[in-house]
Amino acid sequence: MAKTFQRPQALFDQPTHYCPGCTHGVIHRLVAETIDELGIRGRTVGIAPVGCAVLAYNYIDCDFQEAAHGRAPAMATGIKRVRPDLMVFTYQGDGDLASIGMGEIIHAANRGEKFTTIFVNNAIYGMTGGQMAPTTMPNQRSSTSPFGRKTEEVGMPIRVAELLSALVTPAYITRQTVIRPKYIQKAKKAILKAFTYQMEKRCFSLVEVVSTCPTNWGMTPPEAIQWTEDVMLPYYPLGDVKTPDAEPKEMPCKAK
Amino acid sequence: MPKVLMKGNEAIAEAAIRAGCLNYFAYPITPQSEVAEYLCWRMPEVNGVFLQGESEVAVAYMIFGAAGAGVRVFTTSSSPGISLMSEGISYLCGAELPAVFVNIMRGGPGLGGILPSQADYLQATKGIGHGDCRLLVMAPASVQEAAEMVMQAFPLAEKYRNPVMILGDGLIGQMMEPVEFPDHLRSEPSNKDSWASNGMDHRKSKTRNLVRSLYLNATLLNDHNMDLRAKYERMKAEEVRYEDYNTDGDYQALIVSYGTMSRVCKTAVNTLKEQGIEVGLIRPQTLFPFPEAAIRQAARKESCRAVLSVEMSMGQMVEDVERSVRGARPVQWYGKCGGEVPTPEEIIEVVTATLASDDSRR
Repeated sequence: MAKTFQRPQALFDQPTHYCPGCTHGVIHRLVAETIDELGIRGRTVGIAPVGCAVLAYNYIDCDFQEAAHGRAPAMATGIKRVRPDLMVFTYQGDGDLASIGMGEIIHAANRGEKFTTIFVNNAIYGMTGGQMAPTTMPNQRSSTSPFGRKTEEVGMPIRVAELLSALVTPAYITRQTVIRPKYIQKAKKAILKAFTYQMEKRCFSLVEVVSTCPTNWGMTPPEAIQWTEDVMLPYYPLGDVKTPDAEPKEMPCKAK
Repeated sequence: MPKVLMKGNEAIAEAAIRAGCLNYFAYPITPQSEVAEYLCWRMPEVNGVFLQGESEVAVAYMIFGAAGAGVRVFTTSSSPGISLMSEGISYLCGAELPAVFVNIMRGGPGLGGILPSQADYLQATKGIGHGDCRLLVMAPASVQEAAEMVMQAFPLAEKYRNPVMILGDGLIGQMMEPVEFPDHLRSEPSNKDSWASNGMDHRKSKTRNLVRSLYLNATLLNDHNMDLRAKYERMKAEEVRYEDYNTDGDYQALIVSYGTMSRVCKTAVNTLKEQGIEVGLIRPQTLFPFPEAAIRQAARKESCRAVLSVEMSMGQMVEDVERSVRGARPVQWYGKCGGEVPTPEEIIEVVTATLASDDSRR
């Protein structure tokens, strides 16, 4: 009988350091499958973030650069500009991308840099021990909001996909999740599409993946999945937020 | 190539291209914006990369990404911008990537002013960012030397896999002087296959490269820092450069000065000579590594009674001069930092007063 399911070539065979119920492992696999399917492992450079996923290079087998907190889009810009033939992706969490790195991601997206960002949004800082993030849900408890996020003090959670979609520059921006099998296949298709747009030199692409952090949420893995579905998904709706095809062909204004 | 009259900033830009560096990322800041204004049209002429980043913070990481991909890359900025880049420079040192940073210094602290200064000496030479990192720092005193140092900086950065900084004051960037460019270098880092993350298909080994500065294991991080230290020690042994002026005969005082300031000091030395007062001058061309031994030896000359550090800062290089002289002679500082360059007359007065003081008569 033929093998129908196996470990992607771009994924190392090694035990995980991620917590039980964490979704990084599934997302890593989807990225590795995509790299395999496009046959780009030998010309791909990943950018590992600061956070739990800094060790992404221990799982995904391609060249990597390690970023300072939030700076991955600037590094990806540097690589892509000098070596447009390479495939480049950044892998960033919500503290990294939506807080300290907000400037870098907005400008990279606005320049239409031809790289792909995998944005893992689990509504909290993971590696530093569960502090409040810009994406933390209202009333959600964290180690720096022990009484719950007070929106009157720190505002509402930032919807990164919608925020970036407000830019006029064409882009592919989508929000997915991997908390149940039915979502995983869609997320895989989105990641493949994002990389394909890059390969075609079409546009900047970003896949936001709504994720879990049972350890820092103080929940069991099943509870975390349920909480994601009940609390996060209504506020972070799934689906494509922006596609490059939808853009108007005429520029609204031009200097003479 | 014949001599051409060029602004320092433009000569720096052209020199980088002649050095085979076809990749430039930068953010505008006075008094160095002419580099970007020159390269925004010049880079496309040579099929190079020009990109204006959204901030100096981002630019430092565009440099990181490009350097990590194994190409020659550089940026230029001025003091407040260099502060913002210092985070990225620490990461470049940690990941052992070669790149060239040009700092055309202006007065500080804070916004300070836009006129010439040498007030970033300590920042540039004592580690610049967090952690045990060092830059090789070169200090030009003319437009010609600025161009030559830019061309030398790339091979040096690659030799040590470490960022190199060209530390010039605002005058170096702004003044026009005749400049003659050496021949094109046109090369890429020759050793990049062993470290650059430019896609494993591109190298013989077909194994991947990781560009990183994270070492969670204490022993491994210490080993890494010991390796970096050994590299900085090697720079001290192999890369010290300086010029000495009027040091052959007997001199009563020794001036240590660099960059534009050293040219004013030379004028003062010449005038004092006409008055019968001999003064020697040492001009460090590398600030890290610092010409410690040369200064110590020159200060210890029998006839030398005092050493003077003249700089456009409130007394920064004087710390290294004192460290070099090791108490053998009294060391004094003279300087200004607001944009005014001390005049030869002022320096003559300070030298005369120093020699007349009890301290230096001993």
